[in-house]
Amino acid sequence: MFSHPDRAAFLPLAKLPSLVAELMARGYRCLGPAKENGAIVMRELESPEGLQRGLQAEQAPGRYRLTSDPHDRYFAWANGPQAIKPQTFAPQESLWRAERDEAGGLRFVPELPAVVKRAVIGVRACDLAALAVQDAHFLRTGRRDAQYAQRREALFLVAVQCAEPAATCFCASTGDGPTPAFGYDLSLAELKDGFVVVSGSDEGQAVAAALDLPAASAQQIEAAQRQGEAAAAAQTRSLPGRKLRDVLMSRLEHPRWDAVAARCLACGNCTAVCPTCFCHAEADVPALDGRTSDHLRTWDSCFGEAHGHLHGFNVRPDIRTRYRQWLTHKLATWHDQFGRSGCVGCGRCIAWCPVGIDLTEEVAALVEVGPP
Amino acid sequence: MNVPGTPKPRVAVHKFSSCDGCQLAFLNLGEELLRLAERVDLVHFAEAGPLDPDTDADIAFVEGSMSTPEDLERIRRIREHSRMLVAIGACATAGGIQALRNDADAAGWAAAIYSHPEAIASLAHSTPIASHVKVDFELWGCPVSGRQILAVVNALLLGVGPRDNGDKVCTECKRNGYPCVMVSRGIACMGPVTRAGCGALCPGLGRDCYGCYGPVENANTDALAAQFALQGLDPQAVVRRFRSINSQAPVFLAAANKAGRRRDG
Repeated sequence: MFSHPDRAAFLPLAKLPSLVAELMARGYRCLGPAKENGAIVMRELESPEGLQRGLQAEQAPGRYRLTSDPHDRYFAWANGPQAIKPQTFAPQESLWRAERDEAGGLRFVPELPAVVKRAVIGVRACDLAALAVQDAHFLRTGRRDAQYAQRREALFLVAVQCAEPAATCFCASTGDGPTPAFGYDLSLAELKDGFVVVSGSDEGQAVAAALDLPAASAQQIEAAQRQGEAAAAAQTRSLPGRKLRDVLMSRLEHPRWDAVAARCLACGNCTAVCPTCFCHAEADVPALDGRTSDHLRTWDSCFGEAHGHLHGFNVRPDIRTRYRQWLTHKLATWHDQFGRSGCVGCGRCIAWCPVGIDLTEEVAALVEVGPP
Repeated sequence: MNVPGTPKPRVAVHKFSSCDGCQLAFLNLGEELLRLAERVDLVHFAEAGPLDPDTDADIAFVEGSMSTPEDLERIRRIREHSRMLVAIGACATAGGIQALRNDADAAGWAAAIYSHPEAIASLAHSTPIASHVKVDFELWGCPVSGRQILAVVNALLLGVGPRDNGDKVCTECKRNGYPCVMVSRGIACMGPVTRAGCGALCPGLGRDCYGCYGPVENANTDALAAQFALQGLDPQAVVRRFRSINSQAPVFLAAANKAGRRRDG
């Protein structure tokens, strides 16, 4: 973020609404943090002044509680239950429709989402790292996902540096945060009296230019840098390495899988909140008149029954094999597929597991103790 | 699939011991019900009008549990007259809320409440349809949703087997974007051990699932009961979580009994 300090500008606190106003003027629907059902979620802002201050949440394994920031900052919260994923990879949508005409012939009609320009304000470094992984999956050459691409291209991302990581965060150990390094249009670091702003795209540059901001001072840039370093140092969880492929694949019969299976509900929450998980199911939903049928794609989970169902048998009949599939795909075989681990250290799988299973604790146990 | 010129499939809807809520899933379909009526002949559906209980049907939907001696006779006749029998709702699939009497002194209750308990002819146990006749497909839920009913009818009309949804409530909950209430509110939600199908109605309103869709495959009731205890539920409260709408579904029954032993031990 601070690799080109000469390009960093300063946005005074009181001018934050003007950034939102500029995005709205450019036709973006702006999403910002809001409290809903006991969590921080991204919701559309009704006005440039609509960004909420003081939101914060306390996180622990299996626990998420809204609190408020004593300093009333805009971005002193670490994250909510979802990253950018629902904005690009829709939880449920029809991909195409089959239609039967009067003569009995069939026609197949692609269904594309309406193009809606969206700006997400408050994206974290881990979210951006995860988005890059999702891009690698959904936009790969020759297998470009039309629905994903349409939403992705209409996205404007306003990242923020994390100043207050949650107890569940470990992005410093995966190398993905807490200061955004790439993938944003604009990136903000919140200081006491305003934001150090860096642009990361032509569109971001144009938005920043329209705000007519002064350059950030050397002291402001240094304060932002120090804030990022402090946020990294404040993280208490970590993974024992960034490439655990070989060691994890050598532990497929480790007794720890049985121990975690006894605790795991196989509810799939970890996969739903994981910003890199991309598994989906497809099903045909015929209309009652017998003339049309929608081909529906929905988020799926390797913890569900149907995910491992092949003709005549299930390759992952129990919770042990499902948890093992999730963890070894995420942290081991993901390297073969995407050239990196599938974990960006956001900690959502830890906080949003109803029984508080801690990925970092499981990995440590699997890696440290050899097989029997 | 309907072929022009061939008779429309004959559909019957039967009721046993139940609250009629699952039949309402049909009636609440509104316009879709009219569209459905164009594709099938509703030959028996007392709540909607047509009365012909002993007629032959291609698909018989059966709501309610087996609760009286007369029920046992009637379900056999329905089975004989139906090509495909679909049990709908918690009563028909697990005995329903009235099956709470299975573990209680039901005769004692009747004697305590009614002046002439001998006038009541009820079986000692309330049981699901599949305990008595062959059931081709079970649709769980209390009540089932119109969406599920339509999916089953549609599949059968198209000549394919209905899809058995093996997902957990959590799967639908997360697809709908609801934060997990166990995590954000610390309340004892049955979603992780319960079948999907309701669209995560209760968590969507910020409250806990109470398991009305019955146990899902691979339901880890031990782990969930342990978590309920950590959340502050006493053993009796844990028993009540599992002993509710689907108290006699084997997985919930075993979980309730296990929690009960902790209470008594």
